[in-house]
Amino acid sequence: MAEHDKHGTFDEVTGKHTTGHEWDGIEELNTPLPRWWVLTFYACIIWSFAYWAVYPAWPLVQSYTTGWFNYSSRADVAVELAKLEAIRGDKMAALATAPLADIEKDPGMLAMARARGKAVFGDNCAACHGTGAAGSKGFPNLNDDDWLWGGTLEQIEQTIKYGARSGHAEAHEGQMLAFGQSGTLNKDEIVTVANYVRSLSGLSTRPGVDVAAGGKIFAENCTVCHGDEAKGNPDLGAPNLTDRIWLYGSDEATIIETVTNGRAGVMPAWIDRLDPGTIKAMAVYVHSLGGGK
Amino acid sequence: MTTFWDRHKIFEKNSIVLIVGILAVVAIGGLVEITPLFYLKSTIEKVDGIRPYTPLELAGRNIYVREGCYLCHSQMIRPLRDEVERFGHFSLAAESMYDHPFQWGSKRTGPDLARVGGKYSDDWHVAHLKNPRSIVPQSVMPGYAFLASTEVDTTQIADHLRTNRIVGVPYSDDEITNASADMKAQVNPDTPEAAELLKRYPKAVVRNFDGKDGAPTELDALVAYLQMLGTLVDFKLYNEKANLR
Repeated sequence: MAEHDKHGTFDEVTGKHTTGHEWDGIEELNTPLPRWWVLTFYACIIWSFAYWAVYPAWPLVQSYTTGWFNYSSRADVAVELAKLEAIRGDKMAALATAPLADIEKDPGMLAMARARGKAVFGDNCAACHGTGAAGSKGFPNLNDDDWLWGGTLEQIEQTIKYGARSGHAEAHEGQMLAFGQSGTLNKDEIVTVANYVRSLSGLSTRPGVDVAAGGKIFAENCTVCHGDEAKGNPDLGAPNLTDRIWLYGSDEATIIETVTNGRAGVMPAWIDRLDPGTIKAMAVYVHSLGGGK
Repeated sequence: MTTFWDRHKIFEKNSIVLIVGILAVVAIGGLVEITPLFYLKSTIEKVDGIRPYTPLELAGRNIYVREGCYLCHSQMIRPLRDEVERFGHFSLAAESMYDHPFQWGSKRTGPDLARVGGKYSDDWHVAHLKNPRSIVPQSVMPGYAFLASTEVDTTQIADHLRTNRIVGVPYSDDEITNASADMKAQVNPDTPEAAELLKRYPKAVVRNFDGKDGAPTELDALVAYLQMLGTLVDFKLYNEKANLR
C-alpha cells in the first residue's frame, strides 16, 4: 500500500483503510485500482518507448526520427500495388500489349479482361452509364447494339481513351447544332421536322403537321450528319434516327428541345486516369455486354 | 518529510492550479505534434501545378462547406491499396495547402471526392446535383436543385480572397482587385475577360458549367470547384522516391 494509505483510519465494517479525505464526517474508503489495470497501464508506457524506437515518431530540427525500419506508408502502398500486379499476373500484363481481337480469342485473357473491366466499370463508369450499363437520359445505354461513336472493339477503345468532346485533342468532336437558337429553323419548321423524325421510327405524328414538308427540312439541314437515310454517322457521333433507341427521349417536346438548343454530351477522356491494359479490358467488357460489333 | 503525494496535493486541492497544470501537459503534447509541421520541409511536398483557387472555384468551395458536403464526402485518398485502386493516386499534402479549412473529412457515406475533377461531365454534375436519383437510382444524397436558380454572390468574393491571403494563400493585389470580374469570366469562354483570368490562373477550366447563359449561379461555382479537385498535380512528373513519408 502506498504511503498515503496510512493517513486513513481503519474501517471495521469493510476491513479497509480510508483515504483520509473527510467531508462533514464522512470518510472515503481507499479502494485502489485493480492490480491488472495498473500493470497494463505501466506496460502501455513501456510500449510507447518501444513504439518511438520502431516507428517514425520524434520531430527533429531538420527532419524526424524515421524508426528502425524506416517505415513509410507511401512506400508500403507501392509494395502493395506491386503485389497486386503480381497477383493479376502475366495475363493482365499481356492485356496491355495484345491486340484487342486476340484478347477476345484467348479464353484466359478474355475472362481476365471481363473481370477487370467489370470492376473498373463499377468504379468509374457506372455513375453515368448505370451499374448495369443501361444508361439514363443523356448517358448512352451500352447493352444495345446502337453506338454513337461505333461499336467495334477499336472504336470503343478509342472512345474510352479520349472521350467525346472531353477537351482532349484526340477526342470525338461534332455536336448536334442548335437550329432554333441560331435561327436556322423557325419554331414551326422545328415542330414539323421533329414530327418527321418521329415518323422515321414509326412513332405517331401530330395531326395537321405536314410530315412530307418535315422530310424536306430534314434533307436540307440534317442529312449532312445523320445521313440520307437518317441512319446516323459514327464518325460524327450522329445517332441513327430510324431505330427505337433514344438518348434524350423520343417525345415531341424533347425532340423539339434537341433541335432548338442542340446537344453536346460529354464523355471524359480516361487515358490519363487508367492504364492501357485496363482501358483494353474496359473495351472488351463493354463490347461483351451484348451489342458489340 | 514531504513526499511526492504531498506535493501532488497542491494540484488536487486548488482547481486553478490543476487547470494550469493540465494546460501545461496538454500544450507539450500539442507543441511536439503540431509545431514541427510548420518548419519541417518534408511536411508539404514540392510539386508543380498547385495554384490558389480561382474566385469562382473558391465560391464553389464555400458552397461545399456551407451545404456540409464534408459530412458525407471525404477529400483524402489514403495511401492504401484499395483506395488508390478505386480513386487514383493518394492525396498529397500539397494538394490541400491552400485549403482553409481543409476538407479531408472522416466520413464516407458518399465516395471520396479528392480526384473527382474531370471524372464526370458537367452535365452529369448538374443533373446529379439537382436530383441524384435521376442518374444514380440507389443514391441517398439529397438534391440541391436550388443551386441552379441562385446567382452566386460576386460582390464579396474579393473579401474572401483577402481573408485567405491573411492565412497564407498567395493571392496578389491584381487577383483581389479583379476577383469579381474573374468570377463572372470563368463561365464565359473565349472572351477577353476569360483570357485575363487564364493569365492569373493558368490552366483554369473556363466553361459554362451549368449550361445556362447569364450570371454565374451557385451551381456553376460548385461544379467549377468539383471539376478541378485533384487535377492540379501532373503525376507523370511527380517524384515518388523523393516524397516517401
